[in-house]
Amino acid sequence: MSNFASGHVEHLAAVLKAVSGFVLSPDKAYLIEPRLAPIARKFGMNSADAVLTKLRTAPTEELIWAVAEAMSVTETTFFRDRLPFQLFREEVAPALAARRPGGKLKVWCAGVATGQEAYSVAMIGLALPNVNLEILATDFSQRCLEKAAAGVYTQFEVQRGLPVRLLVDHFEKNDELWRANARLRQAINWRKVNLMGDFRGLGQFDVIFCRNVLPYFDGDTRKATLEKLAAVLAPDGFLFLGATETAMDSPAFRPTPGRRGLYARDPEFRQAA
Amino acid sequence: MKTCLIVDDSRIIRKVARRILEELDFEVAEAADGVEALTYCRSEMPDAILLDWIMPVMDGVTFLRQLRAETGGRQPKVIFCTAETEPQRIREALAAGADEYMMKPFDGDILESKLSETGLV
Repeated sequence: MSNFASGHVEHLAAVLKAVSGFVLSPDKAYLIEPRLAPIARKFGMNSADAVLTKLRTAPTEELIWAVAEAMSVTETTFFRDRLPFQLFREEVAPALAARRPGGKLKVWCAGVATGQEAYSVAMIGLALPNVNLEILATDFSQRCLEKAAAGVYTQFEVQRGLPVRLLVDHFEKNDELWRANARLRQAINWRKVNLMGDFRGLGQFDVIFCRNVLPYFDGDTRKATLEKLAAVLAPDGFLFLGATETAMDSPAFRPTPGRRGLYARDPEFRQAA
Repeated sequence: MKTCLIVDDSRIIRKVARRILEELDFEVAEAADGVEALTYCRSEMPDAILLDWIMPVMDGVTFLRQLRAETGGRQPKVIFCTAETEPQRIREALAAGADEYMMKPFDGDILESKLSETGLV
């Protein structure tokens, strides 16, 4: 049952898939009304249905982006799932840094939403001796990036996954909100990058975190994205995926035994020209 | 089964915390102030203590300093659960021997997150 004019939801799904890769599955349809109502207000329309009509009949670039951002999933926490961050701190970062001049590692956090993952990685980097992280954090949503770069979180947000010692060491309290301090904020470069596009210009990375992003894509898009990620990952580099994800969609990566969510580049895989 | 002592002068907070902890398979005991809590700990050290700060008779930090000086008093994981949210207060609690610190209001996700920080779940 839909509250929207016939064909509107299907059109929205096609737009989202093209713009952000997001697959609007039927179980996500309930998100349309609450997510698009604020867009309607912002653009001076009276309902989510009106937004969908405009999206079909006279879409502007601005409206398309506003809708894609509003429909994206931004729920995340600091040190989400814990284990990947432990692997990064105890194994991946020290081992790779030992092979790099000055211990310098380029890390890409792809699809960071509101930034907790990038700050988690940065806090690890600041605490590790002989490891010098250069962190790029990206998202397709300008709105998310602005919040992430500001580094301001509610009391609820800073209590999910963030040990209190790290909170008092790296955050400052302003009224009821907590803000990442200047040293932590300066450890991260923020940039708008759409994984649907060509991102070879970003250079080569030693470690890529792309967690809880690919499940929202369809199989072909996941495969293509994994292969594009492989192309910007150093041959001895590592990819972290989310706790429920695998890289089985593509031969570009192989799992590392006993380390769930951690993938290495498969040396047998050759990039298509 | 792990045991958790809830130390809070508010019956409502104790009730809310008890429900969450029992869902996480803890055996729960309650104390309404620091003196009651010390009495409990002297007979049986719990695995975890959820500790309010501002309480009548004996406050949370005073209790914690005394607990840590008792025989076996370093063993329980102590998580503050308080409306005190200033960084200076948090540092004071950590210096007194707290393992984690939870600012009220809290929910089940936050309590579970704090328990897992201390290795209890």
